[in-house]
Amino acid sequence: MALPEENNKFEPDEYNPEEMKEEMLLQYPPKVARKRAKQIVINKFGSDGEVGDISPNVRTVPGLIGQRGCCYAGCKGVVLGPTRDIINITHGPIGCGFYSWLTRRNQTDASTTPDNHNFMTYCFSTDMQDEQIIFGGEKKLALAIQEAYDNFHPKAIAVFSTCPVGLIGDDIHTVCRNMKEKLGINVFGFSCEGYKGVSQSAGHHIANNGIFTHVVGTDDTEHDGKYKINLLGEYNIGGDAFEIERIFNKCGITQVSSFSGNSSIDKFANAHVADLNLIMCHRSINYVAEMMETKYGLPWIKINFIGANATAKSLRKIAQYFGDEELIAKVEEVIAEEMPAVKQSIEEVRPRTEGKRAMLFVGGSRAHHYQELFAELGMKTLSAGYEFAHRDDYEGRRVLPDIKVDADSRNIEELDVKPDPLKYNPRKSEAEIAKLAEAGLKMSEYEGMMPDMDSGSMVIDDISQRESELLIESFKPDIYCAGIKEKYTVQKNGIPMKQLHSYDYGGPYAGFKGAVNFYNEIDRMVNSKIWKYLKAPWQAHPELAAAYASD
Amino acid sequence: MSDDYTSTTNACKLCKPIGACLAFKGVEGAVPFLHGSQGCATYMRRYIISHFREPMDIASSSLGEKNAIFGGGANLKQGIKNVTTKYGAKMIGIATTCLTETIGDDVPSIIKQFRDEEKALFESDNSPLLVNVSTPSYGGTHMEGFHDAVKVLVDQIATEYGKDESINLLPGFVSPADIRYLKELLSDFNLEGVVLPDISESLDGPALLDYQKISEGGTPLSKIRSMGKARATIEFGRTIFGNLTAGKLLDSRFGVKNYSLGMPVGLRESDEFFSVLEEISGCKSPEKHVLERGRLIDSFVDSHKYIFGCKAVVYGEEDLVVGLTSFLAEMGVQPVLCASGGKSKKLNKEITAVTKGLVDLPIVRDGVDFYDIGEEVAELKPDLLIGHSKGYSLAKKYGIPLMRVGFPIHDRIGGQRVLHLGYRGAQALLDDLVNLVIEKKQNDSPVGYSYM
Repeated sequence: MALPEENNKFEPDEYNPEEMKEEMLLQYPPKVARKRAKQIVINKFGSDGEVGDISPNVRTVPGLIGQRGCCYAGCKGVVLGPTRDIINITHGPIGCGFYSWLTRRNQTDASTTPDNHNFMTYCFSTDMQDEQIIFGGEKKLALAIQEAYDNFHPKAIAVFSTCPVGLIGDDIHTVCRNMKEKLGINVFGFSCEGYKGVSQSAGHHIANNGIFTHVVGTDDTEHDGKYKINLLGEYNIGGDAFEIERIFNKCGITQVSSFSGNSSIDKFANAHVADLNLIMCHRSINYVAEMMETKYGLPWIKINFIGANATAKSLRKIAQYFGDEELIAKVEEVIAEEMPAVKQSIEEVRPRTEGKRAMLFVGGSRAHHYQELFAELGMKTLSAGYEFAHRDDYEGRRVLPDIKVDADSRNIEELDVKPDPLKYNPRKSEAEIAKLAEAGLKMSEYEGMMPDMDSGSMVIDDISQRESELLIESFKPDIYCAGIKEKYTVQKNGIPMKQLHSYDYGGPYAGFKGAVNFYNEIDRMVNSKIWKYLKAPWQAHPELAAAYASD
Repeated sequence: MSDDYTSTTNACKLCKPIGACLAFKGVEGAVPFLHGSQGCATYMRRYIISHFREPMDIASSSLGEKNAIFGGGANLKQGIKNVTTKYGAKMIGIATTCLTETIGDDVPSIIKQFRDEEKALFESDNSPLLVNVSTPSYGGTHMEGFHDAVKVLVDQIATEYGKDESINLLPGFVSPADIRYLKELLSDFNLEGVVLPDISESLDGPALLDYQKISEGGTPLSKIRSMGKARATIEFGRTIFGNLTAGKLLDSRFGVKNYSLGMPVGLRESDEFFSVLEEISGCKSPEKHVLERGRLIDSFVDSHKYIFGCKAVVYGEEDLVVGLTSFLAEMGVQPVLCASGGKSKKLNKEITAVTKGLVDLPIVRDGVDFYDIGEEVAELKPDLLIGHSKGYSLAKKYGIPLMRVGFPIHDRIGGQRVLHLGYRGAQALLDDLVNLVIEKKQNDSPVGYSYM
C-alpha cells in the first residue's frame, strides 16, 4: 500500500532564497561572510543530477550564538550515554557531568539484562577541585573508579575527559588500564576534551574508536536466530528503539546489538557475530561500521526508520540483503499489516497539514530523516541544515575522496584496522555484493540529505541564531524543528517549535506507530489556536476599545 | 555511614560559570559570554532553558585545540566584537571557564588590549560595557559564581558618588516570581529600589508579537552605576562564601549601610525583612502585607494538625536551605537533614540559629551529593523531601512526596513562577506542602476518604 506521492517541486512563493542568502551574509564582516557563504547553499541539481558543494565541519565563528555542543557531549552524552550498564565517570569539574545527566531522554529497558543494572539515572564525576588542577587528578580518578566499583559492582566503567584534563596532562588511559587489572572488569577511557574538533562530531568519532578498541569482538558467543543485524546510530529517544525492536521481532529479524539505544555492553562485545550492520545516524556511527567491515567482514547499509514509507523501504532492504524468500514474504506481510493504521491516520490529519511548511536544523541525520515524515503529511521542507555533519551527510559519500582534512579533524585519531586473522569472515562475496547493487541495494552507501531536498530550498550548515531569526521573519514557516536552546526563541516569534533531539516529552516517532504519533503531534502544533490570542481584544480592534471609552 | 567519598555521585550543585550567566542575565540589555569551549555555553543554555522555558542566549569564544595551547585572546576579542555588532548588547558579561582558567588567559588585560585596538567601537554611544568575572568551576559552585558576578557588577559598574534616596536590594538567586514580589514590596513601602540582578522579566517574559534580540527587563545599567549613592543595601544570604560580598563592598567603598539578612522564607525571616523595610522607609508595613501575615499565621493554625511531627529532608543551595528550614521549624515540621552541595562552612551555624527553641537540631551536611543524601534518607525515613528536581529519584525510590522549590525544576512546569519569599511566598509554600502531605495520606488510605 503506497502513501501519497510527495511533490518534488519546491516553488518559493513570496520569497527568493538568493536574496535571503544575501541578506544573511550582509550582516557579517567580509571574512565571516566568505566563510558563511560556503555554508549557506541554495539547493541546485547539476545536469548530472549532482548537488552543489557545501563546506560544513568547520569552526564556528566566536560570538555567533549557535547550536553546537562539544566533543565531550558527542562522546559521553550522545554515543555512550544511552548504554545502561556501563558506569560513565566524567573526569573533570562538576558542570559537564551535571549537564549531561540524562538530559537526552534516552530510554532503556533494564529488565532485559540479567543483572538489571541501569546507571543512566546516575551522574558520576570526579568533581575536580583546585588541588587536582595544580597537582594532577589521576589519584582522584583512580579512587573514583574504585568507589564506583565498590558501591555498584558494574561490569564496566568508562572515563570521559573534560577540558582541564588534557591541559594538565592527566593520563587517564594508564589509570584505566591499571584499574582494569586491579578490579578485573573492563575499564576504559575517552580523551574527549571539549576543545577537540569543531563540534560534538569529534566526540562521536572518539567514542566509536573507544568502543571498537575496548569492547567490540570480545565475546564470540553465537546465538540462535535468523537474519542477525546490529542497529547502529539509533539512540532510543522517547522509545524509538522499542518500536523498531517490535517491528524486527514481528519480522523475525534478530537484533544482536544496538549502538546505542536501549543497549548493554555485553551486546557491543558480541556485535561482530551479526551478519549485517544497519546505519541509522550516519554521522555519529559510520566509523564503527567501517571498522567492523574491515576487521570482521560485516557489511553495512544505510536505513531509516523515521517515516512509515522509509520504514517499509528499510525493511525491504534488509530482506533483499538476506535474500531469503521467507523473510521477504514476512516483511511484506508485516508492512501490509501495519500500513492501514498509518494510512487511516494520514487521511485524517493530512487535510489539516497539506501545504504547510517546515524548517529543520538539527543533528547529523535528523534534519534529513524527519523530512520523510513531513512529506507524508504533505508538508514542504523550505530549509534544513545540520549542526555537526560533514560533507558526506549533505552531498553523499561520493564526495568522501574530495573532503579536505583540516587541522581540527586531523587531531582525531583514525584507527589502523586490519582484517582479524581468525574472525574475519566476509558475509557476502564480491560477486554477491555486485549483484545486490545491480538490483538496487548498494552496500556502504549514503546519498546524503541534499539530493532528497527540492531545488531552490536552502541548506544551511551550523546555522546561527541571527540567521534563523531572518529565516523565520521572512519565510514564516508553519513549524520549526531544532533543539531546546532554539525552542523558546522560535516560539517567541509565534512559530510552533518541535524539538527533534529530545522530542519535547513525546515519542516514539520511529517505525509505524511512531509515525502516527508524529502526525498527531504535528497536527496539534501547526493547527494550534493559541497564537490567535496573542493580541488582546483591545489591541486587535482598537476602534472597539475607543468606542467603549467614548460611551 | 561514610561521609568521605572522594568522587561525586549525583551532584547537588552546578558549576560556577552557570551562576555568573544567570546573574548577568538579570542586567538590562546584557548578553552573558563564556570564554571557553563552545560546549559550556551550549550545556548551560540548555540547562537554564529547561527550568525557565525562556530564550537564554550565552555567547562563546568557541576555543579549539589550537587556542587551548596558544591562548584564547584572539577568539575572545572576535567574539566580543561579534556580540556587539550583531546583538546590540548594552553589556557583555564575560565569565571564564575551566579551560581558560587552566591555561591562564588574563581576561582583564585582553579586554584592555581590545579597548585600545578597537577605539571606534568604544567611542560610540552604543558601545557595550564589558564586565568580567573569574569562574573556574573547580573552585566553587554555581552560587559562588552567582555572587561573584553580582560583586563584579557592583565593583566594575557602580562608579558614581553622591547621595540619593534609593535603596539597593541584592536578593541572591531567587525566582522571577520572587523578584516581582520584592519590587511590589519596595513600591508598597514607597522605596525607590534597585534590585540586582533582576530576572523577573528577562527570564519570565510574555509571548510577544515581535521578537527581540535581547529580552526585555533586567536591572538598568544607569541604576547599577548609582548604587553607591543609595541610603542602604539589603543583601539576602547568610552563607555567601568569603568575607567580601557585594553589599559589603558598597559599604566599604561608598559607605552605604548594609543590612545582611537571611533569605526571607517563612514567618520569622520575613518579619526581620519587613522590620528592616520599616526602619529604612520610616513607614509602617502596608495593610495589604499585614493581612498577608495574618492569613499566614491563621493557616499555620489550620494546617498544624496535618503536618505536626512530619520529618523533612531539605536540600539545595545553602541560603535556600536555611530559609526553608527556618520555615519548616516554625510550622512544626521537624527537619531531619539539611544538605547542600555548597560548602561555605556557614551552614551548620545558620541552621542551628533558625531551629533553636523550635525543633531538634537536624543533621547538617554541606558539600554532599545525592548519594550521601540517599544514604541518610534510607536511615532517617523522612515523610517529605523539599528541594529541586534532582531529588526525584530518591522520592521515587522511597515513595516520599517531593515538594519542588529552587533550581533546577525541569520535571514540572512553572519553576520560574514558584514564589518562595515573604508572607505571600510562605503562604504558597505552606499550602503546597500541607496538601502534599494530605494527598499522600489520602492515596495511602484503603478507604478512599474525600473528607480529610
